[in-house]
Amino acid sequence: MANLTPELEGWRKKIEKVAKDYGLDFFDTVFEVITYDQISQFAARGGFPVRYPHWKFGMEYEQLSKSYEYGLSKIYEMVINTDPCYAYLMEGNLLMDQKLVMAHVYGHADFFKNNIWFSKTNRKMMDVMANHAVRVRRYIDRYGYDVVENFIDKALSLENLIDRYSVYTNPSESWEQNSGSSNELKQNVNENSQGQADKAYGQGLGLLRYNKEYMRDYINPPKFVAEQKQKMADQALKKTVRYPAEPQKDVLKFLIENAPLAEWQQEILSMIREESYYFSPQGMTKTMNEGWASYWHSTIMTQKILTPDEFIDFADHHSGTVAMSPQGYNPYKVGIELMREIEERWNKGQFGREWTECDDFKEKKNWDKKLGLGREKIFEVRKIYNDVTFIDEFLTEDFAVKYKMFVYKFNKKTQKFEVNTRDFKAIKAQLLFQMTNFGQPIISVVDANFENRGELLLGHRWEGIDLQPDYLNETLKNIFSIWQRPVCLVTVMDEAEVLLRFDGEKVQSVNIKATLPTDNIAP
Amino acid sequence: MSISEDHKRFRDIVKGKIKENLKKYVSQGELIGKREKEFVKIPVPQIDMPTFRYGPKQQGGVGQGQGKPGEGLGQDGEEAGQGQQAGNAPGEHQLEMDVTMDELAEILGQALELPRIEPKGSHQIKSQKNRYSGLAPVGPEGLKHFKSVYKQALKRQIASGSYDPHNPKILPIRRDFRYRTFKTVMKPQTQAVIIYIMDVSGSMGDEQKEIVRLESFWINAWLKKHYKGLESRYIIHDAAAKEVDEETFFKTAESGGTLISSAYKLAKELIEKKYPPHEWNIYIFQFSDGDNWSADDTKLCMDMLKNYFLVNTNLFCYGQVESRYGSGQFLKDLNAEFSKDERMVTSSISSKDKILDSIKQFLGKGK
Repeated sequence: MANLTPELEGWRKKIEKVAKDYGLDFFDTVFEVITYDQISQFAARGGFPVRYPHWKFGMEYEQLSKSYEYGLSKIYEMVINTDPCYAYLMEGNLLMDQKLVMAHVYGHADFFKNNIWFSKTNRKMMDVMANHAVRVRRYIDRYGYDVVENFIDKALSLENLIDRYSVYTNPSESWEQNSGSSNELKQNVNENSQGQADKAYGQGLGLLRYNKEYMRDYINPPKFVAEQKQKMADQALKKTVRYPAEPQKDVLKFLIENAPLAEWQQEILSMIREESYYFSPQGMTKTMNEGWASYWHSTIMTQKILTPDEFIDFADHHSGTVAMSPQGYNPYKVGIELMREIEERWNKGQFGREWTECDDFKEKKNWDKKLGLGREKIFEVRKIYNDVTFIDEFLTEDFAVKYKMFVYKFNKKTQKFEVNTRDFKAIKAQLLFQMTNFGQPIISVVDANFENRGELLLGHRWEGIDLQPDYLNETLKNIFSIWQRPVCLVTVMDEAEVLLRFDGEKVQSVNIKATLPTDNIAP
Repeated sequence: MSISEDHKRFRDIVKGKIKENLKKYVSQGELIGKREKEFVKIPVPQIDMPTFRYGPKQQGGVGQGQGKPGEGLGQDGEEAGQGQQAGNAPGEHQLEMDVTMDELAEILGQALELPRIEPKGSHQIKSQKNRYSGLAPVGPEGLKHFKSVYKQALKRQIASGSYDPHNPKILPIRRDFRYRTFKTVMKPQTQAVIIYIMDVSGSMGDEQKEIVRLESFWINAWLKKHYKGLESRYIIHDAAAKEVDEETFFKTAESGGTLISSAYKLAKELIEKKYPPHEWNIYIFQFSDGDNWSADDTKLCMDMLKNYFLVNTNLFCYGQVESRYGSGQFLKDLNAEFSKDERMVTSSISSKDKILDSIKQFLGKGK
């Protein structure tokens, strides 16, 4: 479907070749030139040409197209994580812009294919989205626009309640249908580990290993075994008291499986959840992804592609992209500078114990072992890191000082955002906090039969910052309409632990001491 | 697939919100300030999905640049990044919706359940209009209609057997040429004029004028929906009356006595000179604090109303804006005299919040 002009296609081939020569490795990338209106439409739908019908896409579109028309913002590029990778160029941009965007896109495409956090995403998402659209339309035909829209509103208000990391740790959680191979693997492991211990006897009791049959009762005395069994039985009893047994972070999944929903409602929740998981790695790697793509557009453009007459425009565009701003974190800037710094450090051998333990400022400044490992290192970084680990490992105090980073806070007295501190620890803590779970609070289902009344108890892992109260109340109401029983949330507000309960009429805070589930369960 | 469906749905939701909060919008002057030719820009808060989240004010963030601890960041909170990646987080902005005056009037009409206006005399006045709707074999080159020329040629070639589907060449000849032609149609036309009369005597303060300004804006919006080419005239008066333009109308601060009859005389003159009542739908909206100078003058006014205005206009509306100084006597006099006359509507507007009610009283009769 590519509709590039011969001139653009010529440049595309050149850029693709240059990118490959540099070692970038990507799925086939299809570029299309589209109008600003189309690009606003696609961007409104998260980059996809077809999504389920919902007004929020219309709202996004209104915003994007307006802000383009007023000259406030401009979308230069858009690329979707699929195989083949689709990318859009905006009609009417300078040739230099188009070239830059193509180079940038190849960076993203390489990142999508190789970064481990994207490994579980469905590369045929274009089709999945289109299928979702068809299904939702079918539900609309059957149940009516307002009914379905209303439910989607509620579902979307819960879309961030997923367990972002579960897909990487638990193979059965994978949303790609490839669980067959992992099950096999599991079985093998089980068979191997069992050894000669008889199955009925040893499982899960924490018994010691024995080699000879006659040593059995000596190594694991029957009394001890009985005790262990009793303990396990007790534990099992405790577990049955509470459901789910362990707090479950994937609230959406829990609701899909346990809430009294019609089938089409379950389907819609599942769709929203699936899409949420699909977009999740993009949030987890925003800084790295943009940094990586910016690193490559600047490398490719300045070294191979730019013609002399384009330099000024390139510098203008590039500096606009990576501009620092006092009130806002620019992932492009932090990402590209970190990538460059890593490359330089590994080129010069500025890593490892010797480097960290060196106190001599002068020596450190002139440290150059001429290792030339930089390129190799950043390729490794793009493969296995995500934003949290990336910032945690590579953002150093020197870096924060060099790029004038600071933490800002809202001052209630002056009603303004103010510079709070330039303390490195605080900066790092703030950044990591923003990136963990993509800056979303971590909420889990604690008890589905709270107070033995079928109420849903949710827990919020409080990390020093309160939830926004008005949003909280509305969200509780939405969960109530799905759970159809009162919904409670334990969180911290104004430095005191509270339990907020929505009973269908109003949100109330309940005395926490009397009702906390730990008290109920204690023997 | 076009996004227009989702977009329309969103606009409908916003319009719904405007309708819900109409009272707020009506009593807010800022709306009128944002009026452009056909659009009104209405600020609506972005409609958010509620989620469990940290507010930006609770959270703070990391920035880059100059500044010592305690220094403000400046108002400009726009992010500098440019590229947009799929799945980006939405920004938090106020939306400004463009709503056409027509849509706004529609919203007003729905919210107040206003009946449609039945123009009078529409059958009497007709205007000629040329519509290019027909085709003819002769005409000027500029009006040649290529599509039908080729259609004709294709028909002819198929009929004569000279059309070859494997080599589909179509050559029109003179006979195939078609030109657009116009037909003259008579369209019934409705003309309407609104004459606003305001008392600018010393007792009308800024707040009272603001009420008049807001109310007349909405009345204009509603009537404009029904009459294309609606004209508005403005008369101010204290002891003497004069015609002014819109801007002056709302800004003039005069003082002095009040002779309502002076304005009536001027309005009558205006109608007689420019708006013959059998061709025009005439609406008169008078705003005053109801403190006429003398009983004699009031009597004169009543006579003029009875014998001239009520006979010749669609509607005569009198809105009495409450002020600290006015006695409000004129309203009582009018009600005493005309309480049974459908063509006379009176309303007392005590504050900005009552503007909507008053509009409903004025326009609720579908005149």
